[in-house]
Amino acid sequence: MAVKPRIKLDKKTAKKGDIVEVKALVSHVMETGQRRDAAGNTVPRKILNKFVCTVAGKQVFAADFETAISANPYIQFKFKAAESGPVVLTWTDDDGSTVVGEETITVS
Amino acid sequence: MTLIFNRREALALAVGAAGMVALGAPQAFAKNDADEAIKKFTGGKTPAEGKVNLDLPEIAENGNTVPMTVTVDSPMTEQSHVTDVLIVANENPRSGVATFHFSPASGVAEANTRIRLSATQDVIAVARMNDGSFYMASKQVKVTIGGCGG
Repeated sequence: MAVKPRIKLDKKTAKKGDIVEVKALVSHVMETGQRRDAAGNTVPRKILNKFVCTVAGKQVFAADFETAISANPYIQFKFKAAESGPVVLTWTDDDGSTVVGEETITVS
Repeated sequence: MTLIFNRREALALAVGAAGMVALGAPQAFAKNDADEAIKKFTGGKTPAEGKVNLDLPEIAENGNTVPMTVTVDSPMTEQSHVTDVLIVANENPRSGVATFHFSPASGVAEANTRIRLSATQDVIAVARMNDGSFYMASKQVKVTIGGCGG
């Protein structure tokens, strides 16, 4: 499922030490594995279980998601601007596939 | 499903809630493995109250998406920072909600996401500091429509 996450940084350019806020939204069913379909069969679990954000190759924030995260998971967090570079957000699916989104931050 | 309380029931609930506070152990009422999840996370230590701020609506009309913000009061320096924050919900079919991992590069220990809650319950956040201490906060959310397809 090639979905494109929506990512928004509250500022594209920052001074060193500034706090940058990241908001991101992915389209995903986040199936809990507890629902049953019309025939009474359990719908298998399929969620994005891991999220990592790196800035210029350095991890600034990560999260492990469980089934209690809503469909179309939204995440908002902050990081401290240290150096210019790509802001890469990666979500890992239960089936091993990944959803990747990228933005750029310029630090002066 | 809508719950309507009459005066007597509301009073009984209030007394019950007060009792829970008096016992000081909301986890003792956990129906799932929230207790064990917290124990596993802290390595058996009892987290202290404070430092953690859990922002959730008091009443959630739709348990499918409940906005949740967790903030931990910390300078986030190399010497003193938050490493992980565990979020559990004590009445969901499964206790785990999320674990957030922070580092000094995070700058601020704050994260916001949207969670599912199956019924009225407590959401508990436990933060692990880099010095090995633990802090927690819990908040009760009243859920009108459960969010687990039930």
